[in-house]
Amino acid sequence: MKISLLLGSAATLLAAGTAFAAGIQLQGAGATFPAPMYQRWIAEYTKSNPNVQINYQAVGSGAGIKQFTQNLVAFGASDAAMTDNEIAAVKQGVVLIPATAGSVVLAYNLPGVTDLKLSREAYSGIFLGKTKKWSDPAIAKTNPGVKLPDTAITVCSRSDGSGTTFVFTKHLSTISPEFKDKVGEGTSVTWPTGVAGKGNDGVTALVKQSPGAIGYVEYGYAKNNKLAFASLENKSGQFVTATTASGAETLATTKFPPDILRAWPSDPEVKDAYPIATFTWLLLDKKYENKDQGEAVRKFVEFGLNDGQKFAEELGYIPLPKEIVEKGLEALKTIQ
Amino acid sequence: MEGGPATAGPPFKVRKQGQQQMPEQPGSTGHSMRRVRRKLDLFHVITWLMSVAAVVTLLWIVVSIIIPAWPAIQKTGFGFFMNTAWDANRDRYGAFPFLVGTALTSLIALCIALPLGVFIALFLSENFLPLAIRQTIRFVVELLAAIPSVVYGLWGIAVLIPIVQRFGGLLSDRLGFIPLFQGPVFGNSTLTASLVLALMVLPTITAISRSALVAVPGTLREGSYAVGATRWETIFRVLLPTAAPGIVAATILAFGRAMGETMAVAMLIGNSPRLSWSLLSPGGTLAGLLANQFGEAKGLQISALMYAALALVLLTLVVNMIGEAVLRHAQKVTAGVR
Repeated sequence: MKISLLLGSAATLLAAGTAFAAGIQLQGAGATFPAPMYQRWIAEYTKSNPNVQINYQAVGSGAGIKQFTQNLVAFGASDAAMTDNEIAAVKQGVVLIPATAGSVVLAYNLPGVTDLKLSREAYSGIFLGKTKKWSDPAIAKTNPGVKLPDTAITVCSRSDGSGTTFVFTKHLSTISPEFKDKVGEGTSVTWPTGVAGKGNDGVTALVKQSPGAIGYVEYGYAKNNKLAFASLENKSGQFVTATTASGAETLATTKFPPDILRAWPSDPEVKDAYPIATFTWLLLDKKYENKDQGEAVRKFVEFGLNDGQKFAEELGYIPLPKEIVEKGLEALKTIQ
Repeated sequence: MEGGPATAGPPFKVRKQGQQQMPEQPGSTGHSMRRVRRKLDLFHVITWLMSVAAVVTLLWIVVSIIIPAWPAIQKTGFGFFMNTAWDANRDRYGAFPFLVGTALTSLIALCIALPLGVFIALFLSENFLPLAIRQTIRFVVELLAAIPSVVYGLWGIAVLIPIVQRFGGLLSDRLGFIPLFQGPVFGNSTLTASLVLALMVLPTITAISRSALVAVPGTLREGSYAVGATRWETIFRVLLPTAAPGIVAATILAFGRAMGETMAVAMLIGNSPRLSWSLLSPGGTLAGLLANQFGEAKGLQISALMYAALALVLLTLVVNMIGEAVLRHAQKVTAGVR
């Protein structure tokens, strides 16, 4: 009995194995931030294309670039795109495709305060460690009528390297010369103050557990965990809260260079634009050795750029603006 | 030779065993002897290979850390251990704050866990309570070692952090003039990490100290009572000094575990590369640094992290060597009473 059972299951396994082998398998790896979005794309895409098997591993942007460069995966993903040096290391050439986008919000834990407004001076001061208390005039000035406690501010940041840190420090360096000089931009920086946790969930936990805390997390995380987040002053002096629409305003102003789809929205002077938003990229080979595989990757990404964008809002991302989708589709055509 | 009569015992027994085996294999004594010797030889070879493998593995690990660490070793040299700035975005790497954090958290943890652990061990090895109760307590204390690190971390977040947040404020209000207790108070701090480490190393200290205390020959205790010593005099003047080598060994093992502990510490210490006098401020440890940054590191940062890993290995090695030396010294001192 047992033996026949074993044989039976072995036969099914074999059959299943050959069935998969007949289709195409795609391995992808990289950023954790867009992972829920990519998983959704995969689920939807394979529903209508059962001959393609796609597997995405959220190992982090850095590890994603590494695996992609070593040609271990069919596609990579990174929140910080790839630097010129990193691109030069890839023999088969690289095509960068902005796949989805998100904003970085400042989540805070102040019981009783629901709509905090932070001026540029206030939030850059907080993350520089200069604004130490919630009752500081820099914060009180923009929040008339709000009862701010006289307690210390606990700044929460990321302890691991992260695209979120990269985007946020880039923004702070743009608006504050002092920040640029003292801390600078990068995926991993030394913050002048506060505590650090691993991953968006680590920072979320830190903010949740300590009253008086403020930390930067992806919009989706703050939304899903029901954290309060501050409205930030943008370049035109308006206080804007992070929404899909206000993030899209910022993205729409991005100017890509002609040869590569790599640019960061830099603090636009648009009335309703939320100041900190960014793309996240898919990393594709310029030339795939296996033609079928290349074709499959191209089709999958095409699906993501066209139909995949509609999942953005419910998952806490910003759908790509039309002109960027078109640029992405054009870049996809260059893949061989 | 005082041991004369004792050593006379075994050969007699062996001869007796030989006599018992003889009838089973008559006339093949020489053959079986040779077989025994060959078996011993094979066993000898296997054990020899295994011990060499252990040494080779250690060397292998060290070498495979040194190779990727080399660019950072060349660039930062010994200054790596002295510099206080860890700025990955500017390719400046200094591990001093993490070295201090590692040593500090482990030392504080030991200061709390050692007296506690030794007293628990004493309590468990004396007959203050019925055996059944002592066995239960012992079992529960040793179960603490079976709890996974991440669960300690979660427990720390749920229980310790609110406690430190509340009482840390009182501490810094009253004793804030001492740099160690200066505010502002953070829930994720060196103190929180040290407290959870103390709990984590407690079973190690208790279990080994208890075995050491139980192993003290009963004749010593009887002798002590016979010359008129009270129970407490016996415990502090006879039992503890005799068990000292075991307690020292327990301390070293516990220190090693505390220094290498990663997950729970990374969840509780606040992971800050800034140097601070205050125990109520966030800090960082070498193991936590590696766990946090390795995944997303690139270029020289990987190399610097490998250098930090090398530092951690060397630190543990040095501690173990010091421990070994202390252990030998203690054994020499107590050799007379054993």
